[in-house]
Amino acid sequence: MTNKTTPYAIELQDISKRFGAVQANKDICLQVPAGSIHGIIGENGAGKSTLMSIIYGFYEADTGHIEVDGKRVDIRSSQDAINAGIGMVHQHFMLVENFSVLENVILGAEGGALLKGGVDAARIELQRLAKEYSLDIDVDAIVEELPVGLQQRVEILKALYRGARILILDEPTGVLTPQEADHLFRILKALKDQGVTVLLITHKLREIMASTDNVSVMRQGQMVAHRETAKTDKEELAELMVGKKVRLTVDKGEAKPSDVFLSARNLSQFDSQGVKRLKNVSLELRAGEILGIAGVSGNGQSELLNVLSGIEPMGEGEIHIAGQVITANAPKNAAQMRELKMAHVPEDRHKMGLVTGFEAYEAAVLGYHNSDTYNGKVLMDRKVMVDECNERMAAWDVRPPNPHLKTANFSGGNQQKIVIAREVEQNPDILLIGQPTRGVDIGAIENIHEQIVKLRDSGKAVLLVSVELDEIMALSDRIIVMFDGAVVGELDAKDADERTLGLMMANAYSEEKEEVPA
Amino acid sequence: MSQAKVPAWVNIALIPFLNIMLAFVVSGLIILAIGEDPIEAAGYLIYGAFGYDEGVGYTLYYATNLIFTGLAVSVAFKGGLFNIGGEGQAYIGGLGVGLVCLALDHTMPFYIIAPLAILGAAAFGAAWAYVPAYLQARRGSHIVITTIMFNFIASSLMVYLIVNWLKEDGRMAPNSRTFEENAWMPYLHELFSPLGIDIGDSPLNVAFIIALVCCVFVWGLIWHTRWGYQLRTLGTNPTAAKYAGIDTAKVTIWAMLISGGLAGFVGINEIMGVNHSLLLNFTAGYGFAGIAVALMGRNHPIGIILAAILFGALYQGGSELAFEIPTITPEIVIVIQGLVILFSGALEHMFKDRIEGFFIRRAVA
Repeated sequence: MTNKTTPYAIELQDISKRFGAVQANKDICLQVPAGSIHGIIGENGAGKSTLMSIIYGFYEADTGHIEVDGKRVDIRSSQDAINAGIGMVHQHFMLVENFSVLENVILGAEGGALLKGGVDAARIELQRLAKEYSLDIDVDAIVEELPVGLQQRVEILKALYRGARILILDEPTGVLTPQEADHLFRILKALKDQGVTVLLITHKLREIMASTDNVSVMRQGQMVAHRETAKTDKEELAELMVGKKVRLTVDKGEAKPSDVFLSARNLSQFDSQGVKRLKNVSLELRAGEILGIAGVSGNGQSELLNVLSGIEPMGEGEIHIAGQVITANAPKNAAQMRELKMAHVPEDRHKMGLVTGFEAYEAAVLGYHNSDTYNGKVLMDRKVMVDECNERMAAWDVRPPNPHLKTANFSGGNQQKIVIAREVEQNPDILLIGQPTRGVDIGAIENIHEQIVKLRDSGKAVLLVSVELDEIMALSDRIIVMFDGAVVGELDAKDADERTLGLMMANAYSEEKEEVPA
Repeated sequence: MSQAKVPAWVNIALIPFLNIMLAFVVSGLIILAIGEDPIEAAGYLIYGAFGYDEGVGYTLYYATNLIFTGLAVSVAFKGGLFNIGGEGQAYIGGLGVGLVCLALDHTMPFYIIAPLAILGAAAFGAAWAYVPAYLQARRGSHIVITTIMFNFIASSLMVYLIVNWLKEDGRMAPNSRTFEENAWMPYLHELFSPLGIDIGDSPLNVAFIIALVCCVFVWGLIWHTRWGYQLRTLGTNPTAAKYAGIDTAKVTIWAMLISGGLAGFVGINEIMGVNHSLLLNFTAGYGFAGIAVALMGRNHPIGIILAAILFGALYQGGSELAFEIPTITPEIVIVIQGLVILFSGALEHMFKDRIEGFFIRRAVA
């Protein structure tokens, strides 16, 4: 497969794709040597996903063609792509959650009306694959009971089982903890050693630098540069991505913390199985400071945000806010918390922060839809909503600035701007903000960080939850580390470095690995 | 992304039109198979539904019921609830109308009875929807199951009430006594004839106007009030609804109350408008047909009016057809109706991808 006459595992020639007025891909050329890890970076909306969808047969290119191993292939469906030896691991997994690993892997390749034969053959083949690529997994485990990192491994196995020699990973680390991400990159290296070609789509520069051999940069639907990873650096790539110099740090002055705006005492929460997910968390949030919550994803940060914002009822403890005491017996829901001037940018904008079927101007009032501003006596005042949305889109540089476009049709970064604008423009005293820049491109990250600091400087209190250590360290004035639902450490941002924080989280992580996930 | 590039009229008009046409083509083959001329049959069907004043009246009279039940389904559906119980809610709504008329027709004038009967229809229909709504919102019992079961309960309850309590003494048929005329909803042809306009003798009555008013009401409610905003948020993204602080249980219950009330209005048309007595099985499947109407009408009042008229035309034109060509029995007419539901409801996506693909390619080219 990797003989000398076919130097490229996959080669794209002049691929163009247009959606109506939007030129998603323009004259894309790409050459990926066999057995290499090739990174493709670009901002959200740069056309990366469209390009991968073309390679995987979800879309057909308007012009141009694809060669695999030097042979021109006609890919019109994902089945064609699989036949050509291309496998894809999607950002959002395509797994049947209540099936076992084995059942998921053979899905679509069952090999006959009766399952027995296919299952037995798959079991042997999976063991071989697992050994060859060090992809250890219990093939009889139920997928929904596996941690995200292992679920992703199932996706990789699925692709390999179908004979993939070219593996596309679309934003693979978006859902992973740093440790899981590291493990993924070890797997990719192992795959590469076995001659598999890997295409890695991401917008995280660190991952590109750490794991790829070559990197291609996309901007506004075009390939703007190809580099050998060893001969470039983060700053150059960042500049190529956005087309201008960007800062990766945040300019901010000294924090001037004053009154305590919010204080939580011994907060606990239990899930529906009665398992304690949040364990006696106490914290104080002061005006004029940004309090960062660091921690590996899934260690109680989401529960903390949900309890503080009133989305989930608390189990035990109390919250003091604006002269009021909230307890399990005297709860407040999300709407009542908003009345206490608390705004909340949720971690997951698709599931929680937006209604993707709504037009932008409607999504831009979610949670504030009862406000007098947007309502007449009986009917909602559409004109006010649309006008305000127009203003905010201009102020926050939301593109395209069209209040009537469905929220789903904005890119991730622009969706996030809609959410953050909505919450910040309400002029809250307290802002809870979860993963503010997840899936957001570099240009927009800078803007969002500036807005958060501005809010702090105007004497507001900000509680920041992020799994990006860079972000926590760049923004926070004080940092709390969470592990397994409890606060395991607190330090001043000045004393925090990646090593200290990592250790606090990593110590915890080594313990976590011992536990069998429930 | 591709969705946005397809002209709106394709989804709203072209695809439903093709689906209906396909249903008619298949119906034509069936008529051919039983040895009749499909073109002739289509002629009778269309003439029967739209060809003369009485036909149009009957078509709109049937459509009235379907608008009510179609709206009922769509309001619940906007909140993510599949209300299969329109049939039972309509049935019990009719009980509300009947009780008001029976109680007051000897003593009260029409203008007192009518509003009370409308209120009775809404209240009884809503009450019948309340129990499943409560169980869904507070106890998590699935609304599809409970509303279906409530159809059966409604059916049995009505038999019991009419046979044992409401049947007129000395009458063999299970009917209540006929209401006095001051408890009749006026026929439209009676209202029009003093103006010198003859619209033909048909059961079409003021309930049709009420149905149109309900369409405007539902449109405003869903797309222009904050309650409608909450309903749509709940229906499309329940997690976001929780995040927004929307009381989801309350919205769920209210959605079902409004849905049940709308279904209950079938009683105005049937009991007060046409039969003028309380009787068994007057709902005749309108509650279920409302699901197809809502589906075909894309849960939008305008679409629901159009779909209701189409189905009304099938009812009316179908009976004309069965009358004119005796070999085409009423059962065959039901088959045709079934095919329309099948192709425009259940198989509505059959052409969708291909046609959208065609327009996307054309837009690109």
